[in-house]
Amino acid sequence: MSSDLFKLGEKTFKSRLLTGTGKFASKSFIPKMLKSSKSEIITIALRRIDFNSKTENIIDFIPDDITLLPNTSGARTAGEAVRIARIAREAGCGNFVKIEVITDMKYLMPDNHETLMATEILAKEGFIVLPYILPDLVTAKKLEDAGACAIMPLGSAIGSNRGIKTKEIIEILIENCTMPIIIDAGIGRPSHAAEAMEMGADAVLVNTAIASAKDPESMGKAFSLAVCAGRMAYLSDMGRQGKSASASSPLTGFLR
Amino acid sequence: MIITVNGKTESTSSNTILDYITGKKIKPESLVVEYNFSILKKGLWSTTFLKENDILELLSFVGGG
Repeated sequence: MSSDLFKLGEKTFKSRLLTGTGKFASKSFIPKMLKSSKSEIITIALRRIDFNSKTENIIDFIPDDITLLPNTSGARTAGEAVRIARIAREAGCGNFVKIEVITDMKYLMPDNHETLMATEILAKEGFIVLPYILPDLVTAKKLEDAGACAIMPLGSAIGSNRGIKTKEIIEILIENCTMPIIIDAGIGRPSHAAEAMEMGADAVLVNTAIASAKDPESMGKAFSLAVCAGRMAYLSDMGRQGKSASASSPLTGFLR
Repeated sequence: MIITVNGKTESTSSNTILDYITGKKIKPESLVVEYNFSILKKGLWSTTFLKENDILELLSFVGGG
C-alpha cells in the first residue's frame, strides 16, 4: 500500500517490520534477510571488544540505506543507557536509539522507571527515542510527555517466541496513545506479527524468530508478508467477532 | 604507566592510543574508543598520548535485538 507510509521521527518508511542483528548463525545472512524482508530499520548493540577473538563489525553487514537503531542493551540504569546512546551517535549511527534498561536477568523485563528517565534526557538532546517497556498506560503517557517518538511495548519475554501475551494491555495503549506503537519481543511466528498489525499496532520488531530460523532469508519474507497482511486487514476495518453464527446466505428460500 | 582498559587496570608502555591498539593487534576499522568518558575520533588516536590513570573503553558494534 504505497500511501500507507510509516512515519517515525524525521523519517518515513515503507516497511512496518523492524528487524534485529542478534543470534544469526552467520552474519552473512543479515544482508540477505534485509533484502527478502524489505525491513528498513535494524537494531545493533554496543559491547566492549573481546581481546581474545576476532572482532567482526556488524555494520559491515548492513547496507548503507538501512536506518540503524542502536539499542542500549547492557544498561542497568538511565545513566548507562544515556552514555551508550551518546557513544553510538558519536560513532556515526545516527539519531535513532532504542532504550533498553534491564536488571532482571531471568525474564529480561525492562525497567520502565529508568527507561523514562533516560527518555527525558535523550529526547532533549535531539535523539529519536524508542523506549522498550513492559506495557503500562501510565508509563506510556509519561513517555509521550517526555518526547519519545514511539513506544515499544513487549509482546512476551525476549527470545521466548510466545507471541503477544500482553495483548489486552497493548490494545489499551493503541487506543489511548498518540505515538506510534511498535510491538517488540516475543513475536515468534508470522501469525503473531499479523495479529499485532490487525490489532492496530504501527509496526513490529522481530529478531529471534528470523535469526534463529533454519532459513532466515525465507523467514524474513514470511514476516514481511504477515505484517502487510495484518496491516491491510486492519485498514480494511475487519468484521466484528461474535459468539453465535451469522449465516453467509439468506435463511429463506431453501429448496425443500 | 597504569591505565584502565575495559574495566581492568594494566601496565602499558605505549605512547599513543593508536600505539596501544596496534600493540594489542586490534583492527582499528571496527573500533569505537571512549577516552576518559569522551568519544575519541579515529583521527586523534595517533596524536593522543596516554597518561597515568587514563580510562579507555574499546568498543565495537555487535548483533542485537
